[in-house]
Amino acid sequence: MTLRTRHLLSVDDLNAEEAVRVLDVAEEMANLSNREVKKLPALRGRTVLNLFLEDSTRTRLSFEAAAKRLSADVMTLTSKGSSVTKGETLKDTAVTLEAMGADVVVLRHSASGAAHRLANAGWVQASVVNAGDGTHEHPTQALLDAFSIRRRLHAGSGNLKGTRVGIVGDVLHSRVARSNAKLLKLLGAEPVLIAPPTLLPVGVASWGCQVSTDLDHLLPELDAVMMLRVQVERMTQAFFPSEREYRRLYGLDARRMATLPEHAIVLHPGPMNRGMEITAEVADSTRSTVVEQVKNGVSVRMAVLYLLAGGN
Amino acid sequence: MAHEITERFQELDSLVLLGIPTRGVPLAERIGAALLKIRGRRVPVGALDVTMFRDDLRQKPVRALLPTVIPPSGIDDAHVVMVDDVLFSGRTIRAALDALVEFGRPKTVALAVLIDRGHRELPIKADFVGKNIPTHVGDEVRVCLSEIDGRDEVEVMSGK
Repeated sequence: MTLRTRHLLSVDDLNAEEAVRVLDVAEEMANLSNREVKKLPALRGRTVLNLFLEDSTRTRLSFEAAAKRLSADVMTLTSKGSSVTKGETLKDTAVTLEAMGADVVVLRHSASGAAHRLANAGWVQASVVNAGDGTHEHPTQALLDAFSIRRRLHAGSGNLKGTRVGIVGDVLHSRVARSNAKLLKLLGAEPVLIAPPTLLPVGVASWGCQVSTDLDHLLPELDAVMMLRVQVERMTQAFFPSEREYRRLYGLDARRMATLPEHAIVLHPGPMNRGMEITAEVADSTRSTVVEQVKNGVSVRMAVLYLLAGGN
Repeated sequence: MAHEITERFQELDSLVLLGIPTRGVPLAERIGAALLKIRGRRVPVGALDVTMFRDDLRQKPVRALLPTVIPPSGIDDAHVVMVDDVLFSGRTIRAALDALVEFGRPKTVALAVLIDRGHRELPIKADFVGKNIPTHVGDEVRVCLSEIDGRDEVEVMSGK
């Protein structure tokens, strides 16, 4: 039942069986949201520290809600308004947190590898959960996406064998894309990366996924399509000629959505650039799981916190 | 046991059977089926997972969560009968009582167990008992049910 890992830093920390187990536990956690008392005593007396040194809405709230529903004490530190803006290093911040007795530290950081550093440098005893590090990984997002796909297309059980999932757009800057590609493969699905050549990372061939630049051609074969946000804040140079051209080639609008198979669903990790990678019409359609994903995020994060910190 | 239950709850009104996973659940279903046969009334049957409420949660590795299914009619003001296979220390039932209050406020709560093997560590007793089996503390009592194990059997293995 236990996971082999003490930390969740990357999808690589899980094997296929463990990934399914996390989703199964999340499925039980999801039942909780239908109850009158939305609280379980599993982490009573434990402290979960959310350390969010990069902006976030849903991930932070999601981890907070998850920890609270498991009765943990939650503290949240964001970079604005903390000593981090005074130039305190990650190490000194971490040591401070350790002194406050955190059992789990959830870290969001703009530098790739920050969570790994925090977990393995010997600064803290706590379990570390990576809630997004730079352009590297965001494992709980991948888990909640897989959970959302499994609920809609596989009746909420087993793995995702044979499911073709298009991951569309800014793959280069997307930690969500990287984690998702790994996890989907682990679960037996077939991720397909679809992006303009300038937004594909170097060495993408080694990811072992099909790679394409032609969205229209692939849409009729996909069971799910995940639209990535165009991450303007990470774009230091011109990656495509104009927003209009990007929209025309890689934006999901109602006309494109109509070419998907009947059962196919549309995912977006949020926050959405409405009118850019996804039109409002698509985002608000019944095929879109955007709102569901947020709800599922709480269940999945409860499962992760429970599995990492619930036992001895 | 089903007959005893019908004696205590004459009308079977607002009766809810909740099995405690794993083996309490098929037992609850069997009692439900027996009640249907005796009285011709279908009683809602559900499942109540107590994992999160155990007092030894912290002392052991993380355990799997099992499904909890509360009948749609709910348990507020119902007469709840919890069903489990073996009653031993009573700690599972204590956890179950804690779990139950999260779902509502039953009018009464009773306990039905297939085997009572003694050695209670808490002030808890069963209302309906299939069979009392005297055991030593170190013995292991295992209930096998055809739904899960392919056969109906109770094994008592003596410990040292």
